[in-house]
Amino acid sequence: MEPRVILNNQHLELIINRLCYQLVENHDDFSNTVLIGLQPRGVFLAERIVEKLKTITGVESIQLGKLDITFYRDDFRRRDLPATASETEMDFLIEDRKVVLIDDVLYTGRTIRSGLDALMDFGRPQKVELLVLVDRRFSRHLPIQPDYIGRTVDAIVSEHVEVDWSKDKGKVILKSLDSE
Amino acid sequence: MSKQLSVNHLLGIKGLTREDIELIFNTADNFKDVINRPIKKVPSLRDITIANLFFENSTRTKLSFELAEKRLSADVVNFSAASSSVKKGETLVDTVNNILAMKVDMVVMRHPNPGAAVYLSKNVDSRIVNAGDGAHEHPTQALLDSFSIREKLGSVEGKKVVIVGDVLHSRVALSNIFALQKQGAEVKVCGPTTLIPKYIESLGVKVETDLRKALVWCDVANMLRIQLERQDIKYFPSLREYTMQYGLTTEILNSLDKEIVVMHPGPINRGVEITTDVADSDHSIILNQVENGVAVRMAVLYLLASKIER
Repeated sequence: MEPRVILNNQHLELIINRLCYQLVENHDDFSNTVLIGLQPRGVFLAERIVEKLKTITGVESIQLGKLDITFYRDDFRRRDLPATASETEMDFLIEDRKVVLIDDVLYTGRTIRSGLDALMDFGRPQKVELLVLVDRRFSRHLPIQPDYIGRTVDAIVSEHVEVDWSKDKGKVILKSLDSE
Repeated sequence: MSKQLSVNHLLGIKGLTREDIELIFNTADNFKDVINRPIKKVPSLRDITIANLFFENSTRTKLSFELAEKRLSADVVNFSAASSSVKKGETLVDTVNNILAMKVDMVVMRHPNPGAAVYLSKNVDSRIVNAGDGAHEHPTQALLDSFSIREKLGSVEGKKVVIVGDVLHSRVALSNIFALQKQGAEVKVCGPTTLIPKYIESLGVKVETDLRKALVWCDVANMLRIQLERQDIKYFPSLREYTMQYGLTTEILNSLDKEIVVMHPGPINRGVEITTDVADSDHSIILNQVENGVAVRMAVLYLLASKIER
């Protein structure tokens, strides 16, 4: 099967715009909220969202963190190669604050589970929400559901959903793993 | 960048590649970040049990390894030879196999005999980390020394490092020479000729007997302790004379027209190889070395553990 484009750049723009307005609805001026992108790919989305939120709300002080979950994974030593860690940039404590975790694709839910674990090492948040660009439903291994969804995609196990974040040419594609 | 170590045990720096060293440092960068957080712990090794076997006294290395293991959430058992069945005549392989029978995954060992770690790795089924074997190698010390130089000066490549003191009895010196050369640094050793191994030049290391000349040449000076406990004969007339010739003082540092970085693997004998004011000065990165030791050891244990088959 040829790779299929599910979302093109225009769709992406629209979706990010909508997600931002949904966030504003719930978080007002973001004075007690921090956004945290999961390394590596959730960070691209998180950066786009923060940029857009600043223009929408006019608030310049929206806080963005980058969280690496490598050392919290549950598949350490079950993979062929150990995962390489990325940088964690959390210049704030999340004690008693609202946190929006951001990732690009939600699939089994294991990454988010690790992310929640990693997050708790920075304090006890008041509330944690989950924002994803693509929700691959029907494939969850854990009881984890997103609060904000860009697009719900039904893909089977042998397919792979990939987000390309190139500037002005971003897209989401669905690939079959068998054809590789 | 390579994602996996080329070795299954850390027995010495000699067996590592430059890529291995870079992988360890890049991983240690992440762990250094972890140990500076409010909660200094990650769950990576929660299903791993590590035995620390210390057949020789150690404070810093033992504590550093134990902290590294605990910050990775490993289960830790400690063993010191003084209070063990070794005194009753048990062999090394028997001792370790008994410990492994209790389902231990990794062994960190310090031993007074050179080659003990290599021997163990060939005779028992476990991952071995050498925490110092006689006058042979002390790989994690050399890694944390290079990591500290990299942190202070940006990189190790092209730097000039002089190792001063009791090179003859020093495992730190040998591991450092291997580590620095693999990363493209130049190494000199400096000390009284009686304390410089006879064939050290075959390693591509230059010998300098004048401390001042060595310091003028170098970017980094690594000061070693005189290991009186390993010296079976007199190698120099008196400690006082050694200090006059090879002790690092503020006067000699001030007389150089540049800043150099001063390191020491510890334990320091203040007033012998280094004066108190130098050890506590801005030149010195001695305490940074200790802090980095935990991060580097976490990286080594993490990377070796990732090669354990389930």
